Amino acid sequence: MTLLELDREVVDPVDQPDDDGRPAPQRQRKVGGLTMEEKAEYAIAFAAGIHLVVLLRLLLDWDDLLGSSVLGLIVFVLTHFLIVRERSSAEVAVDKSVTAVMWTVGLIVVAVLAWMVVFVAIKGFPRLRWSFIVEDLSTVGPLDPGGGAFHAIIGTAQQVGISTVCVIPIAIMTAVYLHEVRGRMATVVRFVVDALAGLPSIVAGLVVITIFPGFAGYKASMALIVLAIPIVTRGAEEVLRTVPDSLREASLALGAPQWRVVLRVVLPTAQAGLVTVGLLAVARMVGETAPVLLTAGGTNITNKNPLDGQQSSLSLYIYELIRQPNEATVERAWSGAFLLLLIVLVIFVAARVALARSERRLGRR
Amino acid sequence: MLGTDPESTWGQPTPAVDALWADTASVATIAPTVATAPTVATAPTVATAVTGATAVTGAVPSSLIATDISAWFGQRQVLERCSLRMEARQVTALIGPSGCGKSTFLRILNRMHETIRGAKVAGQVDLDGTDIYSDDLGVTEVRSRIGMVFQKPNPFPSMSIRDNVLSGLKLSGKTIGNRDEIVEECLTRAGLWNEVKDRLRDGGMSLSGGQQQRLCIARSLAVKPRVLLMDEPCSALDPISTRVVEETVIALAHDVTIVIVTHNMQQAQRVSDECAFFLVEDQAMAGRIVEHGPTATMFSNPSDQRTLDYVSGRFG
Repeated sequence: MTLLELDREVVDPVDQPDDDGRPAPQRQRKVGGLTMEEKAEYAIAFAAGIHLVVLLRLLLDWDDLLGSSVLGLIVFVLTHFLIVRERSSAEVAVDKSVTAVMWTVGLIVVAVLAWMVVFVAIKGFPRLRWSFIVEDLSTVGPLDPGGGAFHAIIGTAQQVGISTVCVIPIAIMTAVYLHEVRGRMATVVRFVVDALAGLPSIVAGLVVITIFPGFAGYKASMALIVLAIPIVTRGAEEVLRTVPDSLREASLALGAPQWRVVLRVVLPTAQAGLVTVGLLAVARMVGETAPVLLTAGGTNITNKNPLDGQQSSLSLYIYELIRQPNEATVERAWSGAFLLLLIVLVIFVAARVALARSERRLGRR
Repeated sequence: MLGTDPESTWGQPTPAVDALWADTASVATIAPTVATAPTVATAPTVATAVTGATAVTGAVPSSLIATDISAWFGQRQVLERCSLRMEARQVTALIGPSGCGKSTFLRILNRMHETIRGAKVAGQVDLDGTDIYSDDLGVTEVRSRIGMVFQKPNPFPSMSIRDNVLSGLKLSGKTIGNRDEIVEECLTRAGLWNEVKDRLRDGGMSLSGGQQQRLCIARSLAVKPRVLLMDEPCSALDPISTRVVEETVIALAHDVTIVIVTHNMQQAQRVSDECAFFLVEDQAMAGRIVEHGPTATMFSNPSDQRTLDYVSGRFG
């Protein structure tokens, strides 16, 4: 269709001027989305896949859900390709098939994540009540109901809090050294950071507790810091790389020393990415179990002092309770898991909302 | 200054005698390596030095004298002994085909050249009699006295329009007086005030390309530079924005010395008083200044055949 024809088609009989002589609002044309035909193609292919799975199940008594789903998926994609190929060129057919595959893979990933959250919620939510958050396990016997994870929440908050406060400045300064200053030692530093990134978390805990014997919350923080620094450093370096050089040039040309360029232009421009990297590290640290077990020891009693004595953490709490034989304890572990998931989720959403607000204020996007 | 008609004084610098510039003029007007290029055309500029400190805004425009500038990227030489006087209160245009080193020359004038890895420089650039490459001036001080506007508009995306204007002052650690006054004055001088006065808190990136470029000009002006270098400031802009930026340049020439790199011959004719033609004669050689002089002469009656060929569009 030529442009001219397009123009003509837009002028619809309903677009007659109203009584005031103003033209009526134009009818908007539908662009993008699926046509009826395409929907039918997907539906037929999907039906073919489902039917095959059902048939196999009925005829061959094949009840392996995962295996038959994968087979059904392959049949879906193939059938879809053949249907489309029947009516259009190979180019179009491949394009549509690849689109279908991408959508399917995306949906599977989302479905798996959603299923995991829902599963943990179903297991953990029923017993999650206020008392779970404010009580610890110091007075609860193994078979008693009640009790909670207060001591573990405190532990996680303190250990991860201390680590975050230490990691963020160290890692961002390292990233600035690597990408902005580009000092003479940059290659060496990058090598060390990369090597650290491969360090198994249990080894970090082992090293810390060997050098500084005796359980304490801050020692868990030390192990977490060692684990998080490479993540944040390399992440922050990648983020700094996305800041256009033209902004650095503009700042330098205004007579700025480099430290002000970094502080006032580069870091604020990279803010969104840096926050995301920091959050990923927080989420990672919250979930670490092995180094916390080795350095903080774990306990059932509330210990609000991270500098001395055994502490628990939410992940450690889950690890210890889920292995117990009695049901009440296992249920507590699931509640702890759900709580952990909630905390991570809340932190993420809060940071995203705050960032979106500051970006909207500046009219970016 | 804000309401002054640019035509009234533009192109008619007040003749005055300044002992300092009289001394250095002889050095500056001779391009030693371009023996064939007559330098007679530049003779009038020797007499046209600036008058006293009459600029309203405090910063006095200064003339910039580049002597024997050579430049290298690693082993490759890109400029060979270029000398040029850029007079106060005048717009000097640097023209020439791509890759002839005019942008490099411009970046040498405020020490931005050295921010590129492997970049080397030789020669001398004098601002008010002080060599900007000497230890007398720090590199940051040089850059805040000699501002720069780049080819692509580059406002800071993390800042509002207002903060973009003030950014230079904050970045160079200068004390900021009345913020509102500075913002209004700089935006007015850059010809942007009326378009943005009601949305100063919006992001710098929310503006159109032409507006962004004028915002960058306003940002440079806030630092009160004596010289403003512009590296093809209109090459990414549409004709209307280009016109507005050109008008801004002409209006600014009263109180800031302007050096502008341009590929656009008409633009060079419209905005500049003086003009320098750069050329790489052989790919293996470095760029040189073939000829320089008053723009009118350069375009109507150049002494060098290559200049004539270039300005009349026969090559490049």
